Amino acid sequence: MSKALLEYLLRLGDTDVVLAQRLGEWVGHGPVLEEDIALANVGLDLLGQGRMWLSYAGEVEGKGRGEDDLAFLRDQHEFRNIQLVELPNVDFAVTMARQLYFDHAHLLLLRALVHSSDARIAEIAAKAAKEVTYHAERSADWVVRLGDGTEESHARMQQAIDRLWPYTGEMFALDDVESALVAAEVAADVGALREPWLRAIESVLAEATLVRPASEWMQGTRRGGGKQGVHTEHLGHLLAEMQFLQRAYPGAQW
Amino acid sequence: MVNVDRVWDALGGVPDPEVPVVSIVELGIVRGVTFAAGGVRIEVTPTYSGCPATEMIATAIRERLAAIGIADVELVTRLSPPWTTDWLAPEAKRKLAEFGIAPPHVTAASRIDVAGISPLRRRSVVVPCPRCGSTQTSLLSQFGSTACKAQYRCDACLEPFDYFKPH
Repeated sequence: MSKALLEYLLRLGDTDVVLAQRLGEWVGHGPVLEEDIALANVGLDLLGQGRMWLSYAGEVEGKGRGEDDLAFLRDQHEFRNIQLVELPNVDFAVTMARQLYFDHAHLLLLRALVHSSDARIAEIAAKAAKEVTYHAERSADWVVRLGDGTEESHARMQQAIDRLWPYTGEMFALDDVESALVAAEVAADVGALREPWLRAIESVLAEATLVRPASEWMQGTRRGGGKQGVHTEHLGHLLAEMQFLQRAYPGAQW
Repeated sequence: MVNVDRVWDALGGVPDPEVPVVSIVELGIVRGVTFAAGGVRIEVTPTYSGCPATEMIATAIRERLAAIGIADVELVTRLSPPWTTDWLAPEAKRKLAEFGIAPPHVTAASRIDVAGISPLRRRSVVVPCPRCGSTQTSLLSQFGSTACKAQYRCDACLEPFDYFKPH
């Protein structure tokens, strides 16, 4: 069970840390100052949450690895984040489409984890859920503003929504690792979260005058995806940048 | 002799690094002070998971306590129950407003209990301007200079201001 728990905590932590790194890439490049700051703040929340999950993962593993060892000294195939969060930012529309999809699933997941039989998971989830409420509010707001905006913003928002859609399935896919933990009431049953998630996404898209993609084909849900360590070509590049300092100067302290 | 009250007094002199008009005690992040063998144990809860002030606060606590002769300080992070803006002392809210930051004016509990996964509609909440008191204000961004604040603009006096979000 502790091996499954470790895997699960890495999925939670890596997803937060990788998305935080992606959002951090916007710093200095935001379309306006307020958005630059907001993207960094959302990233910072996720980084803080990721640190809590990875610290706990290190304790469960019991080999003396801390949050920094796990974040900076593992290779691509050892990361357990979902693929959605490692994809490039591309532009503001794609970044916001990703946040819309992720934030709402993240919020549902955390609200479910508040009831985890593992007290540590429950307390981290309670802390994080409060923060993610603001993330979900903000991304929905932007998707509506851009979707129901100009001809150009509408077209680009729709393209972004379509482009990332096939990566959303992984957020609701259960494998043996998670199923065992769901049975033990440690993990949340993400399969049951897809319906409420869809309703939320559909209501935002409707208000944004956007169309929900119809395709049911989902990336990484049959033979394994990011949660099993199978990644897109983009993660390696992201890690090369994120891990550079610790790899070049092992043990360097801030 | 240093007693618990003396420690609380000292902690009341540690300002929040981001909002220096408010102390960490008024902010509600000090959860407990206990004496143990030779030293003192302080329980602190973070406001936000990724708050960059956390480490500065820890350093400030150690320095402040060293000044009253306590060198052995054990700092413990307590996550549960999570901090909310409902922990802000009334005095802290008044000081925030005087500092030009609109204090949270609804309880965090009321926010969290709003059902539904698409919380989009909360924009309709009115935040009065801390300078002129006008209720004609608009939200510029959910995130201001720090994660705990949102940015607003007063449409009456035209000044931008920070809003300490109910959280």
